[in-house]
Amino acid sequence: MNIIHNIRDLWKCRVLIHNLVVRELKARYRGTVLGFFWSFFNPLLLMIVYTIVFGFIIGPRDPAFGNSPILYALFLFCGVLPWTWFSSSAIESANVLMIQGNLIKKVLFPAEILPIVVVTSNFIHFLFGLPILLAAKGLIVLLIPGARPFTWHVLLIPLVMIVQFVFSLGFAFLLSALTVHFRDIKDILSNLLTFWFFATPIVYPLTFQSIQKSSFLRTFLSLNPMTHIIGGYQSSLFYGEILRWAGLGLTLLAALVFLYFGYLVFDRLRDSFPEEV
Amino acid sequence: MSAIVIENVSRIYQKYSARHRFQTFKSALLRGDFFRTLKSAELVTALEDISFTVDRGRTFGVIGENGSGKSTLLKIVAGITKPTSGRITVNGKVSALIELGAGFHPEISGRENVFINGIMLGLAKKEIQRKFDQIVGFAELEEFIDAPVKTYSSGMYMRLGFSVAINVNPDILLIDEVLAVGDASFVPKCLDKIDDFRRRGKTILFVSHDLATVEKICDRVVWLKNGRIMTIGEPKRIVDAYLQDVADKQEQSFEKKRQERAVEMTAEPESWDEGRRENRWGKREVEIKKVVLRNVEGREKHVFSPDEGMTIDIEVEAYSRIEDFVFGFGVFNSKGIAVYGTNTHLEDFEPVLIKGPGRVSCRIDALNLINGTYYLDVAVHKRDGYPYDYHQNMYSFLVSSTARDNGVARLPHVWEFSPGIAVKPSPR
Repeated sequence: MNIIHNIRDLWKCRVLIHNLVVRELKARYRGTVLGFFWSFFNPLLLMIVYTIVFGFIIGPRDPAFGNSPILYALFLFCGVLPWTWFSSSAIESANVLMIQGNLIKKVLFPAEILPIVVVTSNFIHFLFGLPILLAAKGLIVLLIPGARPFTWHVLLIPLVMIVQFVFSLGFAFLLSALTVHFRDIKDILSNLLTFWFFATPIVYPLTFQSIQKSSFLRTFLSLNPMTHIIGGYQSSLFYGEILRWAGLGLTLLAALVFLYFGYLVFDRLRDSFPEEV
Repeated sequence: MSAIVIENVSRIYQKYSARHRFQTFKSALLRGDFFRTLKSAELVTALEDISFTVDRGRTFGVIGENGSGKSTLLKIVAGITKPTSGRITVNGKVSALIELGAGFHPEISGRENVFINGIMLGLAKKEIQRKFDQIVGFAELEEFIDAPVKTYSSGMYMRLGFSVAINVNPDILLIDEVLAVGDASFVPKCLDKIDDFRRRGKTILFVSHDLATVEKICDRVVWLKNGRIMTIGEPKRIVDAYLQDVADKQEQSFEKKRQERAVEMTAEPESWDEGRRENRWGKREVEIKKVVLRNVEGREKHVFSPDEGMTIDIEVEAYSRIEDFVFGFGVFNSKGIAVYGTNTHLEDFEPVLIKGPGRVSCRIDALNLINGTYYLDVAVHKRDGYPYDYHQNMYSFLVSSTARDNGVARLPHVWEFSPGIAVKPSPR
């Protein structure tokens, strides 16, 4: 397989990718009253539910939150927003080749564009939500005593995004290609994502006592690439600390290998798409 | 210079889903391949050992019945599907009109779809901007271009799709039966555009069931049957050969239907003898035993060309001496309109005597009918109308031709033009 050649072909398609992403974003909320604000409201509503359940009913039990449900809500928001990007990319890419089957069957169209468009348009969604997350942080810094202020570490967020993009794309290639042949993946995926969500430190911090005590839990969580990615957002935005370079670097490496593997599977199955979707 | 070279191309499809194609995970890992080899019972051959060359600037027609592999061939030339074996070389930029507007997104406006579809087909954004008015004008959608595509009628959808695809300005244009859905004013416009392409020396691969158009616009035609090439050559000859083959097939199915009906009738003799069935009545003092349609050479036939002659052979038997009798027939088209009817009384034959078996035949020198199915009434009755044996709609035949004229019957005619009116001669 000539991967350089394929990448060059992809580069030629950048205008098409750009236009398809714009189309995707325009079409998604066409006909809704609130329009693209939904890309902010969806994670916000989810965050409110978690804040009520985990913040007010169960109560934050970690020193980082200083018993403040509002601080806990901010922590949640830092994790839920990028998670939404990841999980909706995964769910959409599992369907994308079937939904756009007409393109693959009737038009000469490089199929790998479709998962790329899915991950990218969800990334743009995430970017829409990001200013609101920053505004929330600003408001909380002003109003809640004891909240950690903004630090320069916020500028490191784009690095975390790159790692997440690579990993999401590898996952999207793998899912989209395999779902064409095994439609069961769609059903497995929604269950897997629920499990994965709770296996990632999003509703709880890594510094939680019960995690720190158990070496099994710590190993298990650190094997999950999303732990390091979500952790990156939390440390640069919520804690205002330097990123954990070792974990994130290794995750990037693993994500690159995973992307290569995902693309390999996609490329191998490519010829079977027109007759199977 | 050849635009398209196809060498020994075969394409094999699986009958069912590919799920059982997968190896077990273990063997997939061991052999580095996901798929196992399939048994031949699980496969369908869509194309088998196809080889031909399309020269640059030629319009090449592909004809054949449904399922003969035409669309698969086009998809292989377009690069959408890969051949299972064989080689294909395409020199130049290809635009495929396989399904018009295939990439349209229903929620966004026609304008945005034109841009995205154009980019998908390989145009630059600037080119689309330059050609935009032309595209929309050709599709006649100026009023609706900012409405979401989901509000379009299927005709509007198709027009926009055609308009974008034709403006891609390819070297090679692939057309798959897309003109079938256009209305009476749009199809000639498309054909004009295709003519324009031909004049500019572009190559066209044209798949169609519209044999008259194929005959008119193509330089060469290939006829596919069951995935193989039957013949390649000059359009008129190939289309005629194909029509003959279709006619033979229809002939066979007519024959089969006739035999089935005969079996049905002998199977229930009571109702047969009751005297009055829906399509046969009379007491049969004179019985029509058999009706056979033949061509002028006397061969039994059910599919005729419009200028062919037909003989209606009627075998009769009178069970007593009968002195008052009239033979007649009527031809009806599929709408039930009487196309023609006559009998021996109307034509002033004076009946004298009929006794025992006999034969009556009526020769029609040329049918002069348009395309379609026709039904035949055959009867023998008294001059006052009392029926001996009346067969209604019991016989049928087909008229098949590439002519596109309308009406009930074809009036024999010749066109003439004064020297001031310039026309190209019709290829017929």
